[in-house]
Amino acid sequence: MIKTIDARGLSCPQPVILANKAIDEGTFPIEVFVDTVTARENVRRMSSNKGLQVVIEEVNEEFKLTLSK
Amino acid sequence: MSKKMISFFASHWGIIFAGAAIGIIAPLLQKFGNPPNMGVCVACFERDIAGALGLHRAGVVQYIRPEIIGFVLGSMAAALLFREFRSRAGSAPLVRFVLGIFAMIGALTFLGCPWRALLRLAGGDLNAIIGLIGLGAGIAVGVVFLKSGYNLGRSLKTYTAVGLIMPLFVVGLLLLLIFHPQFSAGGPILFSAKGPGSLHAPLLISLAAGLIIGFLAQRTRFCTMGAARDVILMGDTHLLSGVIALVVIAFIANMVLGQVKFGFEMQPVAHSNYLWNFMGMSLAGMAFTLGGGCPGRQLILSGEGDSDAGIFVLGMIVGAGVSHNFSLAGSPDSLVDGVLKVGGVSQYGMIAVILGIVVCTLIGLTMREKH
Repeated sequence: MIKTIDARGLSCPQPVILANKAIDEGTFPIEVFVDTVTARENVRRMSSNKGLQVVIEEVNEEFKLTLSK
Repeated sequence: MSKKMISFFASHWGIIFAGAAIGIIAPLLQKFGNPPNMGVCVACFERDIAGALGLHRAGVVQYIRPEIIGFVLGSMAAALLFREFRSRAGSAPLVRFVLGIFAMIGALTFLGCPWRALLRLAGGDLNAIIGLIGLGAGIAVGVVFLKSGYNLGRSLKTYTAVGLIMPLFVVGLLLLLIFHPQFSAGGPILFSAKGPGSLHAPLLISLAAGLIIGFLAQRTRFCTMGAARDVILMGDTHLLSGVIALVVIAFIANMVLGQVKFGFEMQPVAHSNYLWNFMGMSLAGMAFTLGGGCPGRQLILSGEGDSDAGIFVLGMIVGAGVSHNFSLAGSPDSLVDGVLKVGGVSQYGMIAVILGIVVCTLIGLTMREKH
């Protein structure tokens, strides 16, 4: 099952904290929904630093990041 | 905009570039007329704006600072250009307003925001080290709250007009600056005749500097509070590298311009009361962390449509009024008959800082989602 995190509307650094927690739980893939470029970049950077693959899709000015090993 | 440019700004070199740019621009602004070790200071400049509007009557710190106007408009320009302008609102605005007030009370106890703390350090003012340690301590406490589920709730997308309020507000300030109307006898708009408020670079230079910094900070998400927070929270040094670049480049620029004077005592617009430098910045650090960004970052967010950040900014401006009207703000070291008189805060200031720490703690403890 895909783990989904809805971090839309949450301000910095909540999206990263939530994504980080999900990564630590270790079930992949993880879908993270965010609505600002700052949140997108922060989650992307944190995930890349952890050696994860990140695929970003933009839908209606919002972003879906899919994190996988 | 080209993809290459976008990825440059998001990269390590992008954030270093932004920090270095502030590190060069701030000492130059000082050379052009801004107060010593205050080429750029968000808290001080918002305080000066509060004074110019008559929200406080400390005659030496009143001026509508074009840099602040530039930060918001530069950020808006970048956000529009890169299609990142998003009007949003509704994440606990009143809490953010209160956090803004106490952030300012803390910053004015130390006499500077985190940007100025870095610039003071780069000018040889060693009190800044104590202020920065205090800032780090406040941020660390804030991170404990973040880790235990603190958050102010979601903001929602809203009408474009909402996101335009803060940019329009600063355009209004610009008009007041240019036309300098006087609304009542002895009343606003007030500009200092002496003291730090009277020291300023020419309007167009200050405005251009603000626009450049606002543009770069929007692109790179430069944030001093975020720098410390990310290191403490997850060992991420991305934002920190920008902060380090700022200090190193500003120090070199200050050396070249002959603006470095090492020491603790009699530093420009600063006091050497160690305890209250530490306490003031601890409060500021807590308030910035709970509010989601340092004062510079809040202005940048205001420019890209985040009206909750706008409320924090307005809280800071009101906080400056409170600080000076109630004699809470720190007073600088001075020489009285040739003898050093160490500055610091009044007992009211001490009580206000402690009250602020209590209020921030209550906010941190009570606004938590249980995981």
